Amino acid sequence: MDDRETPLLDELEEGDWPSFVAELKRAAEKSAMSADLLRQIERSYADNTGHWKRGGIVGVRGYGGGVVGRYSAMPEEFPGVKEFHTLRVNEPAGFYYTTEKLRELCDVWDKYGSGLLNLHGSTGDIILLGTTTENLQPCFDALGEIGFDLGGSGSAMRTLSCCVGQSRCEHACIDTMDVTHDLTMNFQMEIHRPAFPYKFKIKVSGCPNDCAAASARSDLAIIGVWRDAIEIDQQGVAEYVDEGFDLFNRVIRRCPTWALDWDAEEKRLKLTSEDCVHCMHCINEMPKALRVGQERGAAVLIGGKAPVVKGAMIGWVLVPFMRLEPPYQELKDLIVQVTEFWAEHGKNRERLAELIDRLGMPAFLEGIGVEPCPQMVDAPRSNPYLFWREEEVKHA
Amino acid sequence: MSYVDVNGKQIEVDEDGFICDPDLWNEEIVRCFARLEGVDELTDDHWKVIHYLRGYYRQFGIAPMIRKLCKETGFNLQRIYELFPSGPAKGACKLAGLPKPTGCV
Ligand code: SF4
Ligand code: SF4
Repeated sequence: MDDRETPLLDELEEGDWPSFVAELKRAAEKSAMSADLLRQIERSYADNTGHWKRGGIVGVRGYGGGVVGRYSAMPEEFPGVKEFHTLRVNEPAGFYYTTEKLRELCDVWDKYGSGLLNLHGSTGDIILLGTTTENLQPCFDALGEIGFDLGGSGSAMRTLSCCVGQSRCEHACIDTMDVTHDLTMNFQMEIHRPAFPYKFKIKVSGCPNDCAAASARSDLAIIGVWRDAIEIDQQGVAEYVDEGFDLFNRVIRRCPTWALDWDAEEKRLKLTSEDCVHCMHCINEMPKALRVGQERGAAVLIGGKAPVVKGAMIGWVLVPFMRLEPPYQELKDLIVQVTEFWAEHGKNRERLAELIDRLGMPAFLEGIGVEPCPQMVDAPRSNPYLFWREEEVKHA
Repeated sequence: MSYVDVNGKQIEVDEDGFICDPDLWNEEIVRCFARLEGVDELTDDHWKVIHYLRGYYRQFGIAPMIRKLCKETGFNLQRIYELFPSGPAKGACKLAGLPKPTGCV
């Protein structure tokens, strides 16, 4: 067989969806690295096992992370991927690029790497796939020249990411892009010089729709929220109804806390605001008539993560409402408190959620100096998990 | 595997340049690795970090967590990176002759 043939990978090009194989083949035309990558992957499919070595510590001056070392386990056969390191590059907040910037980025990567990249990794980084140890420093320097920096890797604060927020979305209660940019600049040390027990992710969503998947995918989630009542344009609601919108079945019946009611005679939507749990459902259904409230800020959740050691966890509310205006000092102080506590008490490779699970929520709250409050519940209005100590209970 | 030439002696290292046999470690090797990791001159502060890492490794068989390294040596993270520009894991541990750390420092 011609060693450029890839019968197994070709199978992946069948069907309706675009395939990475097509892109790899295009890259292989231009770069010997990508050609060997293609051949090694084909071999992996044939052998039914990966041919990458585990681990690898490489980097650039002054940084403890941002590069993920990778070596082929079969360097004699596939010399082009003998060294095939990944660079994580910090994406701009909200993932906005000019086409010019993307071209510059690609030029750098064509010069120093395989020419293959991935937009974006799960932390949000631009993933530049495959370069040699020798090229790392010059590539990093060239990236710096065009205004890019590396992101986080290893036991560090990882690259922050956010939803588009106010730049494109009427639901945004906070300026997600500014918060993300500001925190990124503020925590440069924590991002580039890993010194935590394990990874620490922060994501910012502008409203509880949580398009950044912050509550499920970050150790500390910042989610825009309002604390007054949803704004209702009664005229707008009436128009929905007049146009045949099934208000009862699509909205009223689906409000998780039965906070909405429809007065058919007066044609008024009534909201019992203290019952609203900010799920966004009614607003999403009737965006022309309902809006987030005016008193806006963010809720801070902690402990979300993807399944690794202890299974997936969703974040808990830590601070139900915090005003978020530059310079975001209260938020920064809280992040420092939380990460300090974790760095002090966490075991190696113990995520924040697992530490809280081990020590208990009361110990954690005491450690970071946050008072327990009723909003810190496992599931809204059902399961408060905080137990008071005997001496804290006032007997009548 | 590759080899690094230390005053005529071939020392076996892994692909990241970490020593394969920690028992071969000596001060000559440190000086040679230092050049490769961008450390121009080895000062007392460098040796303090190196000796601490070696002691910890001999006792526990692994590298300490970064925070512990900072606490025990009295150098903050900034200082560690000044001493070892390629960082505590890639720089300091390599000079201290530890095998490649897996996810601690
Ligand atoms: S999370 Fe909310 S504010 Fe952000 S994009 Fe989604 S809907 Fe809009
Ligand atoms: S946001 Fe959710 S909880 Fe609040 S009123 Fe609308 S549907 Fe009900």
